[in-house]
Amino acid sequence: MPPHCPAQIIDDVFRMNEITARREMVAARGVKVTFGAVKALDGADLVIHCGECVGLVGHNGAGKSTIVNVINGSLNPHAGEVSYGGATAQHGISTARAKGVRCVFQELSLCPNLTVNENARVMHAELAGWNWRTRAVALVKQQLGEIFPGHGIDCDSTIDDLSIAERQMVEIAISFAGLNEKPKLVILDEPTSSLDAGLAAQLMAYIRKFVGEGGSVLLISHILGEILSTSDRIVVMKDGRVVADRSASEFSTRSLVEAMGNVVREQEWQRAVDKRDGAPVLAMPPRRGHGLAFQAHRGEMIGLAGLAGHGQTETLLDLYLSRNSNWWPARRKDIAFVAGDRSLNGIFPLWSILNNLSIASLGDISSRSIVDHDREGVLGNGWKKRIEIRTPDMENRILSLSGGNQQKVLFARALATTARIVLMDDPMRGVDVGTKQEVYDILRSEAATGRTFIWYSTEMDEIRLCDRVYVFREGAIVAELAGDEITEKNVLEASFSAGEAA
Amino acid sequence: MKISSGTIRLIIPAASLALLLAAVFYMQPRAMSYTGLNLLFNLAVPIALATVAQMLIMAVNDLDLSMGAFVSFCACVTATFLQASPAIGVLIFLGAIAAYAVIGVVIHVRELPSIVVTLGMSFVWGGLAVLMLPSPGGEAPIWARWLMTSRPPFVPMAIVASIVIAAVTHFVIMRSSVGVLIRGIGGNVRSVERAGWSVIRIRAGTYALAGFFAVLSGITLVGLTTSADANIALRYTLLSIAGVILGGGEFVGGKVSPIGAVIGALTLTLAGSFLSFMRISPDWQIGAQGAILIVVLALRLFLNRLEKREKGR
Repeated sequence: MPPHCPAQIIDDVFRMNEITARREMVAARGVKVTFGAVKALDGADLVIHCGECVGLVGHNGAGKSTIVNVINGSLNPHAGEVSYGGATAQHGISTARAKGVRCVFQELSLCPNLTVNENARVMHAELAGWNWRTRAVALVKQQLGEIFPGHGIDCDSTIDDLSIAERQMVEIAISFAGLNEKPKLVILDEPTSSLDAGLAAQLMAYIRKFVGEGGSVLLISHILGEILSTSDRIVVMKDGRVVADRSASEFSTRSLVEAMGNVVREQEWQRAVDKRDGAPVLAMPPRRGHGLAFQAHRGEMIGLAGLAGHGQTETLLDLYLSRNSNWWPARRKDIAFVAGDRSLNGIFPLWSILNNLSIASLGDISSRSIVDHDREGVLGNGWKKRIEIRTPDMENRILSLSGGNQQKVLFARALATTARIVLMDDPMRGVDVGTKQEVYDILRSEAATGRTFIWYSTEMDEIRLCDRVYVFREGAIVAELAGDEITEKNVLEASFSAGEAA
Repeated sequence: MKISSGTIRLIIPAASLALLLAAVFYMQPRAMSYTGLNLLFNLAVPIALATVAQMLIMAVNDLDLSMGAFVSFCACVTATFLQASPAIGVLIFLGAIAAYAVIGVVIHVRELPSIVVTLGMSFVWGGLAVLMLPSPGGEAPIWARWLMTSRPPFVPMAIVASIVIAAVTHFVIMRSSVGVLIRGIGGNVRSVERAGWSVIRIRAGTYALAGFFAVLSGITLVGLTTSADANIALRYTLLSIAGVILGGGEFVGGKVSPIGAVIGALTLTLAGSFLSFMRISPDWQIGAQGAILIVVLALRLFLNRLEKREKGR
């Protein structure tokens, strides 16, 4: 999209005045959603009127996806109300769909084993009866041609056979298509993440056309240029709340980034002096041939930042595999891994705390392949004291601990090994603040003894604990920040690209 | 022209069947006749039906380990109740199909692994079968016997039945809306859910449909064997899974092929005859059958990898 020309700005202002008089399409007011101890939404308000495109921005965990899920009916808010077209209705997926809400999700939400027209059938229940295939093909073809002229996608091919960009195009087209009636609100969550600049521009042009015809669009994107040029109004979220809600013309890239960030908090710890001396203990060339290279030195605490899912976890896995064969594990491991999803790939739920802790160091505490229970007990008690695992007996089941304490056991599992490098995949999800502080202290003292930590975190406070930070965007490292450069503003600026889609 | 991945998936099973058939004809030219073909493929009909039932379950990312026991149970019902008092027999079958739907609902609602639930159910079906027929016996209903021994002109019954089964299930699973939804659940449950469908109803329906095909399998089996036994079809559990996989299906992801499944069942049946013609002692036959399976699956993995590399470029 070209930058606003004067005529368009006047047009925009005119439209803005009109909006106040417009009907609301969806209104979510005072919505609260909590997952365990985490407040995902803390009284957020989001109103979308007919005939406007609302841009929604915010950093990880700001609550963007959660509010989208509330609006499309798949999440029930714990407080607050959601109304469609001014009337409060029953909440649920089918209600939202009946009111004309369609959603394009960030992760692919088509059935990969079905063809394009079959996916249209799944998404559009009204394509019933004989001969639906022909009608489905016609519907998708027409819509694809309208949004992405000259696309060249065969509607009879299986989704599996399409490229990622083509899949995204199909999904967008299916969501905008309507057999009997057009959708009223289309929610696009990172719709251009795998489209090239040309296709992204076509989509943005179509969004303007769709909005001009009276439809509404909620646009979520990490490319601020898109948001600024396409939206009428921009809503900025932070910590489960809406912190700014103004007309797009009042924002610039700079002011958007500032709105997403915090007022600078004072730093209550002292960073160590630059530890980059000697050869790196771990290094990796730029991922997929672009971006910056990765390097880690002895005793460093390195943060991997950026929006969730932009290649941080993959980088950790690559780093791990660079020292460990995929199917013949090394005997002496020099890398330990702290998993992020505790229940999925962290704990052994049926085992005792002690067994969960000692599993990674069984080689060190056994002689002739027999585990020495005395040494295991000593190891367990030592760590129990050091990191204060709150349990009367290390033989208790791991599930008897709180989530935070389970996480401490996982940390102890990694730290008890002889590994000199510890990889952490956002391990602090859903851990209370007190426990976090304790773990931070342990990490810092361990780093002082020469251990290297590589830490992917979605929380800004944790990123600011690190000595050096790599910011990820679209699978590659796009910025390296060290020492005092590590501020929320710098990280945000690097994770949201200002220009068009790369 | 670009060949779709579905077609590629069908090539291997079809080619293996053709190759096996050619080998059998080479060794025993007399098999190349109406009677010969009928004898070769007779037992394939119930296996094909059981394979289609298993394929339905696998299309929604589950696995049915009670297939053999359930087909045995159906065979026992056919040889006793359905033969003596058809009304009660039909009622029992309807109840069994409803039970399958309930199993589907339980698996979905309680988020249980289907393997565990169906393994448990296999003992239930087995026990019921033993209660009905403690010792081998019973009698096939006349119409079932007539159906399975009828001699249509030119093409033997076994072939006609296989083609009909393949055509009907292909239409239901691959062409109809219901089939799209069933496979959609296998491909991406959340997507189907978000589009506003009731996944629980689709799952229950899928299980009921699978139960229906398993019932047909039991009936046709008795039509061939004339009597039943509580353990008559126990090996169908693994045969049906092998048939689906041989026919190009996958354990997860909703990638199934009804035509492939029927071809897979035919291939498995033929493999047994082929080994007999080779004069391999029965002691070694099961192992040799496994070897054939491994060769075909290895071929498919190889093709998949080629396809992936093609796409990566």
